[in-house]
Amino acid sequence: MHYDFDVIERSVGYLFREGMTFTLTLTALAMVGGIFFGTLLAMMRLSRFQWLSIPAGAYVNLMRSVPLVMVIFWFFFLMPYIGAWVTGSKELVRVGAWTSAVVTFTMFEAAYYCEIMRAGIQSIPRGQVWSGYALGLNYWQTMGKIVLPQAFRNMLPVLLTQTIILFQDTSLVYVISATDFFGAAAKVANRDYRLVEMYTFAAVVYFIMSYGLSTLVKQMQDRIAIIR
Amino acid sequence: MHYNWHWQVLLEAEPGGTGTYLQYLLVGLSWTLLTAAAAWVIALSVGALVGTLRTTQMKWVVRLGNLYVEIFRNVPLIVQMFLWFFVVPELLPAAIGDWIKQMAPPWAMFWPAVLCLGIFTSVRVAEQVRAGIGSLPRGQRMAAIATGLTSAQAYRFVILPQAFRIILPPLTSETMNIVKNSSVAYTIGLLELAGRAKAMQEFSFRVFEAFTMATVIYLLTNLVVVLLMRLLEKKVRVPGLIAASGPVQAGH
Repeated sequence: MHYDFDVIERSVGYLFREGMTFTLTLTALAMVGGIFFGTLLAMMRLSRFQWLSIPAGAYVNLMRSVPLVMVIFWFFFLMPYIGAWVTGSKELVRVGAWTSAVVTFTMFEAAYYCEIMRAGIQSIPRGQVWSGYALGLNYWQTMGKIVLPQAFRNMLPVLLTQTIILFQDTSLVYVISATDFFGAAAKVANRDYRLVEMYTFAAVVYFIMSYGLSTLVKQMQDRIAIIR
Repeated sequence: MHYNWHWQVLLEAEPGGTGTYLQYLLVGLSWTLLTAAAAWVIALSVGALVGTLRTTQMKWVVRLGNLYVEIFRNVPLIVQMFLWFFVVPELLPAAIGDWIKQMAPPWAMFWPAVLCLGIFTSVRVAEQVRAGIGSLPRGQRMAAIATGLTSAQAYRFVILPQAFRIILPPLTSETMNIVKNSSVAYTIGLLELAGRAKAMQEFSFRVFEAFTMATVIYLLTNLVVVLLMRLLEKKVRVPGLIAASGPVQAGH
């Protein structure tokens, strides 16, 4: 067996320009959307109204019990129906792998971010909420100005660790043939029949990025640890 | 929009001629369970070993353990799956590599999938074991050594029996994870539950019947795992210890 590492040099532009851009944009969008919806879900789960807490709990537990591969398939095939329902059209709406991936990862990660934010909100002493109300703030003001800023700060390292996992998990869009970094590597690998070189290279790149990010998170964790 | 459900498809014959689609999916479930169970054996034994070694005083062993954990934690599961399936047989001596590649179909995908999932999960088990040992009061180890136990005996009779009970709740979620993660083995061609649901969709064009059925089976499997682990937790609980679920962790 002889190896041809030139294939990496030849395809590196394509891998990063097409693939890594896809991966990073998807990660960023799903992180922002996931944390937004996750925080809302966490507030719903902690609500004293059962009509809010029960559906939110059911959604989160459902998402966390189903394999990501199945969730990706579900959304990929459901999106045309959802699209038609939203736009009110009679025909199925064409939805590409990209849109489908963004929606899937946002909705899927929201369940995981929700559990993190729930723990974050619960870590804030009750007295903080009561003082907020005593000052005359309403629910949204208490949440937005007192509870959530502290919850975010407490949970920042875990939120970022979850984002690193999200970054790795986006590689599963392979199953709907999207061209993320791994998908691009797989395409080149099959076109040039250079499986060993391309998959090893992909693994090394993922390793360097994830390891680098998690080292940064660890450093930050030590720096922002709250002094009580 | 309207979707015409056609649940009878489950009782129709699948094109492979092995029976109905329902049977086809249930055989998929048995592959999922077999893969997860075999991988769990690797994950638990390697994870316990690596996790324990990382709490010892031996500097180089700790460093090697850390390296192992970092490598397999920072590469996505699907990439690891492809490495075990496509790359490892090429890197091994030709005779062994060929022997692996010529295994009869399900096994040629099954063993790489089991190794991959087992090692991927062992890293997470190792982290839990280390955290569990770290959460014990230092006095436990000191007292064990003071009573004349060797270091190995202290681990065997004092530290590990307590640590394993403490980490049982996170191990429950790892058990669920390994079942869920086994679906990634579909990408290397192992026809487990997710793979068969996808195949059923391609053969019968009944997308949502196939996926609903597979999803329900996954949910039921999860439920069984949780109930079994709860029984185990109840059985081995240390009286007086509050089984804390520990801090929230990132996961997938």
